Amino acid sequence: MAFSIIKPGLLDTIQDMGRYGVGNWGINPGGAMDSYAAQVGNLLVGNDIQEAVLEIHFPGPQILFEQNTLIAITGADFSPMINDEFIPRWQPVVVRKNTVLHFPALVQGGRCYLSVHGGYCMNKWLNSYSTNLKAGAGGWGGMPLKKGDELPFKENTIYFAGLLKEESNFEVLPWRVNTDTVYKHPHEIGFIPGREWNGLTAASRQAFGENNFLIHPSSDRMGYQLNGSPLTLQRPLELVSSAVSFGTIQLLPNGQLIVLMADHQTTGGYPRIAHVATAHLPKLAQLRPSDVIQFKLTDIETAEQWLINRQKELHILQRSCLDHLNEMVC
Amino acid sequence: MNRSTSFSIYPLGDSAITIDLGNSIDEQLNSRALAIHDWLQAHRFPGLIDIIIAYSSVSVFYDPAIVRTSKVNAPGGAYGWLNGLLERAGKEVLGTVIQNERTGRPAENGTNGHSFRIPVCYDREYGPDLEWVARQKGLSVEEVIGLHHSGHYRIYMVGFLPGFPYLGKIDSRLEIPRKDRPVPVLKGGVGITGLQTGIYPLSSPGGWQIIGRTPLKLFDWQVDPPIRFQCGDHVEFYPISREEFQEWKNT
Repeated sequence: MAFSIIKPGLLDTIQDMGRYGVGNWGINPGGAMDSYAAQVGNLLVGNDIQEAVLEIHFPGPQILFEQNTLIAITGADFSPMINDEFIPRWQPVVVRKNTVLHFPALVQGGRCYLSVHGGYCMNKWLNSYSTNLKAGAGGWGGMPLKKGDELPFKENTIYFAGLLKEESNFEVLPWRVNTDTVYKHPHEIGFIPGREWNGLTAASRQAFGENNFLIHPSSDRMGYQLNGSPLTLQRPLELVSSAVSFGTIQLLPNGQLIVLMADHQTTGGYPRIAHVATAHLPKLAQLRPSDVIQFKLTDIETAEQWLINRQKELHILQRSCLDHLNEMVC
Repeated sequence: MNRSTSFSIYPLGDSAITIDLGNSIDEQLNSRALAIHDWLQAHRFPGLIDIIIAYSSVSVFYDPAIVRTSKVNAPGGAYGWLNGLLERAGKEVLGTVIQNERTGRPAENGTNGHSFRIPVCYDREYGPDLEWVARQKGLSVEEVIGLHHSGHYRIYMVGFLPGFPYLGKIDSRLEIPRKDRPVPVLKGGVGITGLQTGIYPLSSPGGWQIIGRTPLKLFDWQVDPPIRFQCGDHVEFYPISREEFQEWKNT
C-alpha cells in the first residue's frame, strides 16, 4: 500500500489546503500553491478536498507504484508518463503495480499535483498535512521527499484493479475536468487595491495597471519577486508590522514588487499596494520565472463572486466524480 | 498619555480584513489589539480561518464563500458583513478598554500575562554585531549589553518565523537600523533593530543586528503547543557566560 521514490524531484512536498488558526505563533498557512489543482486532484480519485496531495516541481521525481493505484495528476504539464507511455492530466488513471511514473519534459506551468485514492497516510501537525520547511514539521517528516522514501496510502485500492486490461500498464477512466474558466488568460491577474495603494504616485498607480511585470528567477513558494519599472510612493511610509496574506503585493524599498505566496511570513512591514484576487492565485501559481504578469483592477465584490462560483463548481465536480467512480466499481 | 479612540478598517484582499488602532509600537494599543482579538474569539462565525494580532492591529482571515452562504442577506457581501463585525468589535472593546484605562483598572487582557527570564550569552562569538552597534551608538560593548539585559520587555506579537517574538521597547540609546540585506542567523540569535528586540527560534536569514544568543529552545514542533509564550507576555534577559551557554546546550 505505497509508492516509493526512485529518484526525487527538485522539490516534492506533501501539501493540503493549509494550516490555519496558528498565525499567532508565527506559523504560516503553507499549503498547496495551486489550491484548485490540489482540490480537483483529490476529487478525481474520490477523496475529500482536505486530503494530502504531493506537490511536484520540475524536474519531477520518479515514482514506483508498489500496488495497483487510482491516481490523478493535475496542475502543470510536465508530460507525465507511466513507463514509456504518456498519461493525461485532469483525469483519473488506474496504474498497475510495479510501474514507474516519471516526468520527462516541462511543457507548461509551475507545479503539478499527484493524488492517490484514499490519500497519503501520515500524521497531521497542528491539524494539517502541509509540509512546513522552515519548522521542519508537517507532511513527510517536515522535508521534501528523498530517494527511497516509501509513502503509505490510507486505503487499499484493490477494487480498481479489475479496470486494468490485460497487458496494459494503466487505464484512463473516461471523464475529465474542464479547467478553462480557471486558467484562461493565464497572464492576467486580478488585484484589489491594498491599504497603501493611495500612497503611490498617480503615475505609479497607472504603471501598475498598465505595465508588464516579469517573474524573477529567485521566486519560490515564499514569494514571487517581480521585475518592472520601479514604483514610487508620494512620500516615505513608516509602517509597524502587521498581518499579510497569500497574494499580498508588497513594495520593496528599491521600488520593485514581491507577491507573497503560500509559504509567506505571517507578518510584514512593507507597504501593501495590492492583493491578488484569491480566485486568481491558482493561475499565478502556474506561472514560472520569466513569465509576464499583467495586473487587472477588480473589486472585492467581484472577487468574492469568483470564489463563490468556484466553490459551486467544485461541489458539482465532487458529486459527479463520486457517481462516476461508484458506477465503475459496481 | 491620551491616545486616540478611533480605529480604521481596511481589506487585506478578498479573504482577510484588518482593524488598525494606530500604526505604532505602544503598550496600550497592543493591549487593545489583544482585547479585540479576544472579543472576536468570543464571536466566532462560520468561515472564520484565523485571527492574527500585530503591534497595533488585528487581522481576520475568512472564507468568503462560507460567509456568504451563512449570511445570505448580508449587504455588501462577505466583506460588508466582516466590516460590520469589526466595527462592533472596535466600538464595544474600545469603549470598555478605554474606560478601564481612565479609571486605572487593570486591563483584563495581555498586560497581566506570563513572565519569562531568558538567558543570553553576549560573548562576541555569539553577538557578531555587538562591536558594530557599540561603535555606531558611541557606547562600549559592556554598555550595550547592560542596556539590553536591564530592560523589561513586552511580547507585542509573534511573527516572521515560527515562534519569533517581537519585543519592545529597547532603550532608545540602542536604536539602530536593520542591515541592508539579510544574512544567516543561528537559532537562538538575539537581535535588535529600531526600538525592537527579538529572538530567532530557528536558523534563518535575518536583517536584525545580532548581539547575543540564547541556548533555550524556543520552538519545538514536537511539543503542543510548540511555543510557550504569547502576545502580551513579558520577557527579561539575563547574561550568561560561554561556559554556562555550553552547559545549557548540553543539558
